Amino acid sequence: MSMLLVQALNGLQFGVLLFLVAAGLSLVFGVMDLINLAHGVQYMLGAYVAATLGVWTGSFWLGALLALPVALLVGLALEWLVFRHLYRRDHLSQVLATFGVILTVEEATRALWGSAPQTVLEPSGLSGGPLGGVEIVAGLIYPTYRLVIIGVGIVVPLLLWFLVERTRAGMLVRAGATHPAMVSALGVDIRRLFTIVFAFGAMLAGFAGALASPIFPVAPGMGDTVLILCFVVIVIGGVGSIRGAFIAALLVGLLDSVGRAMLPDLLRLLLDPSSARQTGAALASMLVYIVMAAILFFRPAGLFPGGRSA
Amino acid sequence: MTAPLRKTLRKHALALVTLLALAAAPFLGFGDGFALGLLARAMILGMAAVSLSLLVGGAGLVSLGHAATMGIGAYTVVAFDAAGISEGLIVFPAAITAAAAYALLTGAVSLRTSGVHFIMITLAFGQMAFFTTSSFSSLGGDDGYTLYARTEWLGTRILDSRLTFHFLCLSLLALVWVGGSLLLGSRFGRVLRAARENPQRALAVGFQPYPYRLVAYVMAGAVGGLAGALLANATEFVSPALLSWTRSGELLFMVILGGVGQLGGAILGALAIVLLEESLSHLLVYWRLVFGPLLVLSVLFLPDGLVGAPLRLRAAFRFASPKRRNADA
Repeated sequence: MSMLLVQALNGLQFGVLLFLVAAGLSLVFGVMDLINLAHGVQYMLGAYVAATLGVWTGSFWLGALLALPVALLVGLALEWLVFRHLYRRDHLSQVLATFGVILTVEEATRALWGSAPQTVLEPSGLSGGPLGGVEIVAGLIYPTYRLVIIGVGIVVPLLLWFLVERTRAGMLVRAGATHPAMVSALGVDIRRLFTIVFAFGAMLAGFAGALASPIFPVAPGMGDTVLILCFVVIVIGGVGSIRGAFIAALLVGLLDSVGRAMLPDLLRLLLDPSSARQTGAALASMLVYIVMAAILFFRPAGLFPGGRSA
Repeated sequence: MTAPLRKTLRKHALALVTLLALAAAPFLGFGDGFALGLLARAMILGMAAVSLSLLVGGAGLVSLGHAATMGIGAYTVVAFDAAGISEGLIVFPAAITAAAAYALLTGAVSLRTSGVHFIMITLAFGQMAFFTTSSFSSLGGDDGYTLYARTEWLGTRILDSRLTFHFLCLSLLALVWVGGSLLLGSRFGRVLRAARENPQRALAVGFQPYPYRLVAYVMAGAVGGLAGALLANATEFVSPALLSWTRSGELLFMVILGGVGQLGGAILGALAIVLLEESLSHLLVYWRLVFGPLLVLSVLFLPDGLVGAPLRLRAAFRFASPKRRNADA
């Protein structure tokens, strides 16, 4: 039972990270109608920059904080160099050009940092010391850092909701998502709006990477796995819907973590141990994709169809 | 030469020249094992790219999971090899059937969606196939599987000759290309194209696009399976990396670089990319630092692909001399 609780918490925390990446992806898709495969690259860079600056400054938290402006700047640069020229192109061109960006940035990461996973400082004051873990249930100690991530996952969506639903900038973003030409005609610099949304999404993904760096291996290709899961999240949640992305992210995170932990044991009831372990692991990896296919089969537009019909 | 024939020849000139060059290559100094291996890989990937081009260019279905069909073809060969069966008359039809069955199952679900959703769901199915193959621990799991021997045909080890293999790949590639082009030109292909251009209108004329698209999807899957079975024979090694989503992205890139408008473009694109990758990776350690930006630039500046490039040039020249344009028209 406590094992299930731990896996559920791990799942929530993974779901939160997925949401941070997926939110940017969904915003960019909703507002600019741009499929950005290279969004995972921002996540990876966030982790790398946080790890390196963390070691350099001697504090994980400082590194993570400094990763935010760096991710923002990289996002701005990429938008200016590549993505700006893709807004009017078809989805196919977008997929390919952003695929090229992934190859380039991942290779650059390999050239700069090498292929081996990076060392990351422990978040001081939490993991090591007396604050290392919290007893959530009698006899069950859970790492505080992971709880902090879940906390972030409650605060950021609320902030995001406030930004999008209650501020002027958010109003423009929503308007730009449904009637870009109209918003432009009303005197709003839609290009600047696009740039801001893009950079903001990039920063969120970088933030997710920085948060993830102490718990997941920081290595080239770490962005790919997250990116593909984020696409699953967006498709399940409904393209362009932040609320859908949030619910779907938690769902995917939970399914993935709990599935990985429970499926091999469940299958042991039916199969012999070794094949149960094998099939269980394979099924667990596939679980989210199976659920996605099932959801799309019954609701082709996702659970919460967003503003723009894809 | 009759006018329609000349027109067809001119339209497909680039692809025809490529195929002829491939036929001549072994006798023009590219006959060593390394070069033939490289060309075989290019032709096999070209085959898969042509089948993907049928979907992308013909039916407007952008699949980001086409590598899975190739992987399933390759893993069928491997599974038979592990069971001690390497007779081509059993292995190849099985590989093609397995890939086609996968395409039928996943296509039936994916084709209910369109646009971005279709891209994502094909990607998701591709990932499912990827994880499935990496869980086959008897077939090497993540590490892959080395074939004991190439597939036999009626008990003869005919595929062991690199030259025979070269021409087998070449003729199959030509067959796939001609077959695909004929298919696109047929009534079936016209329905596909109509549904791509305007689904509503196609419906109004009385065509339900779904079954047509599904048939095209299954056919493309079957060709992907064939390419996979050949690829397993070419490299004599199969690993889940064959099904990774980056491989699907690469196939898409081959199609686009060649030019979506014509199936032949995919052949050219595949050849260009395999050769470019090979030469870049010899010159540089971090060769993707050049390859990636080239990819981006080609998308930005060559919207019609390589096949379209000469036409663009010619259009530019014609613009300079309006007289000739009138004469041609």
